[in-house]
Amino acid sequence: MHDQKLAVQIDDLTVAYNYKPVLWDIDLSVPEGVLMAIVGPNGAGKSTLIKTILGIIKPIAGTVSIYGKPYSKQRKLVAYVPQKGSVDWDFPTTALDVVMMGTYGSLGWIKRPGQKEKKIALESMEKVGMLTYKNRQISQLSGGQQQRVFLARALAQDAAIYFMDEPFQGVDATTEIAIINILKELRKAGKTVVVVHHDLQTVPEYFDWVTFLNVKKIATGPVKEIFNDDNLTKTYGINYKVAVNK
Amino acid sequence: MQEYFNLLWTDYTLRTITLGTAVLGAICGMLGSFAVLRKQSLLGDAISHAALPGIALAFLITGAKDSGILLLGALVSGLIGTFWIRGITSKTHLKSDTALGLILSIFFGFGMLLLTFIQKQPNANQAGLDKYLFGQAATLVESDVRLMIIVTGISLFVMLLFWKEFKILLFDADYTKTLGFNTKFIDVLITFLIVLAIVLGLQTVGVVLMSAILLAPAAAARQWTNNLGTMVLFSALIGAFSGVFGTAISASQNNLSTGPVIVLVAGVLVLFSFIFSHKRGLLFREIRFRKNRTNLKLMKTLQFMYGIAQEHENISHPHAIRILNNFQGFTKGSLKKLENEGWIVIEGHQWAMTPKGYKQAKEMYNQKPMNE
Repeated sequence: MHDQKLAVQIDDLTVAYNYKPVLWDIDLSVPEGVLMAIVGPNGAGKSTLIKTILGIIKPIAGTVSIYGKPYSKQRKLVAYVPQKGSVDWDFPTTALDVVMMGTYGSLGWIKRPGQKEKKIALESMEKVGMLTYKNRQISQLSGGQQQRVFLARALAQDAAIYFMDEPFQGVDATTEIAIINILKELRKAGKTVVVVHHDLQTVPEYFDWVTFLNVKKIATGPVKEIFNDDNLTKTYGINYKVAVNK
Repeated sequence: MQEYFNLLWTDYTLRTITLGTAVLGAICGMLGSFAVLRKQSLLGDAISHAALPGIALAFLITGAKDSGILLLGALVSGLIGTFWIRGITSKTHLKSDTALGLILSIFFGFGMLLLTFIQKQPNANQAGLDKYLFGQAATLVESDVRLMIIVTGISLFVMLLFWKEFKILLFDADYTKTLGFNTKFIDVLITFLIVLAIVLGLQTVGVVLMSAILLAPAAAARQWTNNLGTMVLFSALIGAFSGVFGTAISASQNNLSTGPVIVLVAGVLVLFSFIFSHKRGLLFREIRFRKNRTNLKLMKTLQFMYGIAQEHENISHPHAIRILNNFQGFTKGSLKKLENEGWIVIEGHQWAMTPKGYKQAKEMYNQKPMNE
């Protein structure tokens, strides 16, 4: 089923701050249409991997290609949901305005967003259940609502591949379910979704593809085949007993 | 003061100075908003101090005190300082406050050294260069003001042109990069405009106080609005007002230096905004807090009554006020308020819940889930 095109292909990727490598010689292929979790302990380089794929961090070596072409030529196919703690939520703007930013990439330089962009943004907000909060000042949103706004902003990009950095961090159960339903819908629509994920318990339930990462790539493949104690132990260093079939 | 405004129509010099400080306040307020929102408030301080050696060197090289040439020197040296700050932060592991502090003091020290060197020179022309330390609005002439207006116009045009790019970069720089925008270009553009505004103000406000006129209007404006466009506009207006009002005070009181007065006026406006802003001000926050507290007490009383009313088949069955006694949240006033809301009726020493009050109490704790 997954012998299709590769959405993302990474070769020999190495990233280092100072002399210590954060990511070491990563080879990784993500097939089109999977919902993939990247798991690993703190400091394993999960966020760095995503940021490097997206060109935010420069690698020392290695290449990233999106559907067979360099990322710089394929930006419009890629959407990004950063960690919600990465921005100042006291910035003077509204939820709708933030979601609208998702359309800026296709607008390009100087051109202002118009009715068409507003419509896209409103539709995206509806998908994440935030339409009633569209005019809300972003500092007055709860953590879960902020996360939804970020998700809606990525949806407004209408991309083929979505990279998300810990979208479930600090959100309540309702929001978590709402978000995972949207991710599953994206997969159903043939999109590829890559998520930095922390909660190992929910991996088998939420995802169909998983990558174990701890500076080096430990393993990558279908959850059913490789999400086991052996790989967890290799990644986390201690004996991990996780109920895979719960 | 009255006299000043009368003079404004007749005195050409005063008019020039007033126009100059107004335009300066506007451009600094406008661009200061960006500095404040980028959390680069101290950058302005570092840049203005870094501009000092440029002024001194420009004088040493040309031997002339033409303000245009001196400001060009300030611009170059301010830009060098800015790029060194950026270089230090990105290439070493020093934090930006360290980089800012380093550049600020080293450049300022070098500038002071050059100034004392110049003062020892026999060149009679050198007198007055130290005016750039604290600024002197009285030295503004028509050509200076014309330059200010041109630069402000260009900045305004660039800002409107790249509004979308400025906004998204200020909010989320990494994300902006993933959308394919050249964030370095936008960043340099914003910083360049800020440096321009600072250099423009050196003659009027001076190296030492320049950052205040950049930050104060923006800090005040932020209190009044949650919209970026409105904030920039307010900030420009507050800056312009501080300029005009500061000039007015200093012109009507002899010997008061204009720069510091402008800064103080802006400072008072910041203080006023911190306290009296309807959105974020301390005063209204306190009022809201008290109001909520009273409201909550009222609700507690209502909730207590609900508990009693629930035990009777007829919810409007009257009860003695006395039974509320062991509960602390009620006073005559709060009972009256509850009656005014139509939640209870009071007859003599008895109270009874209305259906409306019953419904209110019942639904109080039912928070509606977000997904509906």
